[in-house]
Amino acid sequence: MADQERILPELLSKHQTQILESWSAEQLRNRRPGKAGISEEDLRGQCRDFLNALQEASQDDPSDDLQSPIWERARDILTDISREQSKHGASPSDIATFVFSLKQILFQLLQTEIGKRPEVFAREIWTTTLILDRLGLFTTQVALKIREEVIARQQSEMLELSTPVVKLWDGVLALPLIGTLDSERTQVVMESLLEEIVRTGAGIAIIDITGVPTVDTLVAQHLLKTVAAARLMGAECIISGIRPQIAATIVHLGVDLGDVSTKATLADAFAIALRRNNLVVTRTTPAARRQSAE
Amino acid sequence: MAIRSESLPILSSEDVVTVRRRVRAMAIEQGLKLIDQTKIITATSELARNTFVFGGGGTVLLEALESGGRYGVRLTFEDRGPGIADLTLAMKDGYTTGGGLGLGLSGAKRLSNEFEIDSRLGEGTRVTITRWR
Repeated sequence: MADQERILPELLSKHQTQILESWSAEQLRNRRPGKAGISEEDLRGQCRDFLNALQEASQDDPSDDLQSPIWERARDILTDISREQSKHGASPSDIATFVFSLKQILFQLLQTEIGKRPEVFAREIWTTTLILDRLGLFTTQVALKIREEVIARQQSEMLELSTPVVKLWDGVLALPLIGTLDSERTQVVMESLLEEIVRTGAGIAIIDITGVPTVDTLVAQHLLKTVAAARLMGAECIISGIRPQIAATIVHLGVDLGDVSTKATLADAFAIALRRNNLVVTRTTPAARRQSAE
Repeated sequence: MAIRSESLPILSSEDVVTVRRRVRAMAIEQGLKLIDQTKIITATSELARNTFVFGGGGTVLLEALESGGRYGVRLTFEDRGPGIADLTLAMKDGYTTGGGLGLGLSGAKRLSNEFEIDSRLGEGTRVTITRWR
């Protein structure tokens, strides 16, 4: 490649202003109406930064190996641009189009410059296409990575969200479980319940599984372990929220809940907890209320 | 007989959740009652986890069935893992090699209308279950 003229970098530096103008104009035209998008000024800045990086990289390395360190700056700038644009609601294909829309402009310039030399023209078209295609694909990779980061963040947020241990009464804790109980989450849930039992000195903990869609042997095993651990610490567990279909399934699975107390609803479990603490709930009459107010 | 089918990978514990969700959707489409939905989903959970944990990952084929006015869901779990040495023992309640309750395989059988297991040492395991409306 060394003896070949490098048309693209030369072209990029010679017509810099013109390319920048038509490319940003194209971007602005392509902007979807109704979306806030990034400001015209920022867009122009992004275009300029990217063109500079592209010019430098293609100057130093006429090959199309984007993985080489020469392309690092171009990759970094493109990563920043992708992040910025996706923050403003651009889809992965919008961002790839950002790169691809450069093709027409460059092809037209190549045509004007070297159109009379078909062999050189064909070669340059090919190189340019290759580079821009790879850069366009690179932006989709970045977009995917951004998505994955969001998903990972949401997962860890959910892990924290879903494990509140609430105090229902003095000595009575409740753990309303919601969603899928897979090992990692169950571990967190179990630990936070045990910690609360120690902290509050509660004698009764109600584990409510109304919000757990599937109770299989793994979930049952986790529940049994939690109950056993709580018992070792001197607290009694009641499992509530066992719906009819879950009850039937547990029986078919052959899971033996042994001497664990279970109840259909959280309210039933709470009533038991109050009774064990020798507490009664009574309905007051207006007369009694007046009397106690006096 | 199969009206629709779809194949899903089981390569992680997240995939087990996905498979469960897809089976739920298919069971609802096929008009299974809530209790039958719950049964096949729970059986799915057991078998998908077995595929992942013991089979080292594999696939599941979901089929929506229609046969003479009857509607159902058939699931085929397949892995290329070590296989099961003693099927009779593996089907016994409480037998486990993985520290679980040892009820997954036998429980899945009780939760299904039809159950078939085929396992060869060194080749892998295939379990097929069907639940009718």
